[in-house]
Amino acid sequence: MKFVDEYRDPVAARRVLATIRELAGTERHYKFMEVCGGHTHTIYRHGIEHVLPQNVELVHGPGCPVCVIPMGRIDDAIAVAETPNVIFTSFGDMMRVPGGNGTLLEAKARGADVRFVYSPLDALKIAVDNPERDVVFFAVGFETTAPSTAVTLLKARDDGVMNFSVFSNHVTIVPPIKAILDSPDLRLDGFLGPGHVSTVVGNHPYRFVTNDYGKPLVTAGFEPLDILQAIAMLLRQIDEGRCEVENQYTRIVRDEGNPRALQYLAEVFELRPHFEWRGLGFIAQSALKLRDDFAPWDAELKFSVPGVRVADPKACQCGEVLKGVIKPWECKVFGTACTPETPIGTCMVSSEGACAAYYNFGRLHREAAVTLGRASIPVTSA
Amino acid sequence: MCLGIPGQLVELDADNDQLARVEVAGVRRIINVGLLEDEILEQGDWVLIHVGFAMSKIDEEEAAVALASLKLMGSGLDDELEMLRGTAS
Repeated sequence: MKFVDEYRDPVAARRVLATIRELAGTERHYKFMEVCGGHTHTIYRHGIEHVLPQNVELVHGPGCPVCVIPMGRIDDAIAVAETPNVIFTSFGDMMRVPGGNGTLLEAKARGADVRFVYSPLDALKIAVDNPERDVVFFAVGFETTAPSTAVTLLKARDDGVMNFSVFSNHVTIVPPIKAILDSPDLRLDGFLGPGHVSTVVGNHPYRFVTNDYGKPLVTAGFEPLDILQAIAMLLRQIDEGRCEVENQYTRIVRDEGNPRALQYLAEVFELRPHFEWRGLGFIAQSALKLRDDFAPWDAELKFSVPGVRVADPKACQCGEVLKGVIKPWECKVFGTACTPETPIGTCMVSSEGACAAYYNFGRLHREAAVTLGRASIPVTSA
Repeated sequence: MCLGIPGQLVELDADNDQLARVEVAGVRRIINVGLLEDEILEQGDWVLIHVGFAMSKIDEEEAAVALASLKLMGSGLDDELEMLRGTAS
């Protein structure tokens, strides 16, 4: 029982698992997508998929900001980084993502001035400290991180820092969910809604999932018990014939989100007509570009960006992984040619990527699950 | 970057209401609290920090749980702290 005992509240976990078993029954198969990479990580780390009944399946979604950036944008980033006089700043995760021309780390080794930053504000500070250089921030992420970039740009404008610019690759959470719902590849019964993105956007934007597509969605936290509870809430909705947007993560997520953060986003960014997503292709109005007011701080206008579309390596199946069509271990190069040390695809790079999470934790828990499967889980009421 | 790291407010900047000093697992740094300007923030409060910005006010229990989760992630917490330390002020 070590497995479930690792949960912070094993008694509660067993109780929720008993509810899940009861609601799921045995007659039909349920397939739920966890949209967020943070959830994927929890699911593998705690072996959740192995304690669920066999007819309750979790598939991964596109909610890993590093994973969804297409190769061409990495090449664009490298082209900007290799422009004379540029200091190119990036979150650590992005440094190891391969584009068609290698990674930012390799560009750094060739002599480009590429620096890790923890925050966009650190990039702005580098610009202030180096007035003779052009400092570019490689902005990635969903609505969780985009408000931070927005605040940084407002500060750059207010302080008149003209040698700072942003290469925006911010994306929005709703369009890829819609793209997946429109895709014929997958039949889903519901969604675990993303946690931290929802602190910004709230729960209202997901109403189309229930209203237009008839699928329940439950916004979930990142603890194993959160995930189990959210699964139970999805099953209960289906059992009772309901289809609603529900919030399991009420201790952080409010239905209206963070209006202040949304206001900053609207002030600085507008939707791009199209943006390419790894695995999902071009999705209309799915990414953020700087508004015209911020043109002086827009790296795409300030520098020559090749903007060439680069196809993923043939062997790489990140696209299918990001759509939940295959599991990480079903990819031909998983764990052989593609490992966290030598990643071919983005899903193996980020700690939020499904492949890296499964590589790091999955096999261990498969063994644990076999042990668990032999033991019957006592239903404890407390 | 999406996981968030809990920090406790040590000091609110008297001159700039956008800034606060926080302590994160023993590391102190200045973060931006402008996204929470509609909340009442006081010394000792806990916040969830993403890329140097406080994104949500949380309670102490949630902070402990979030930190324990990050510790379980192995290198995840170390990497975050390394980055925090590298830019600590």
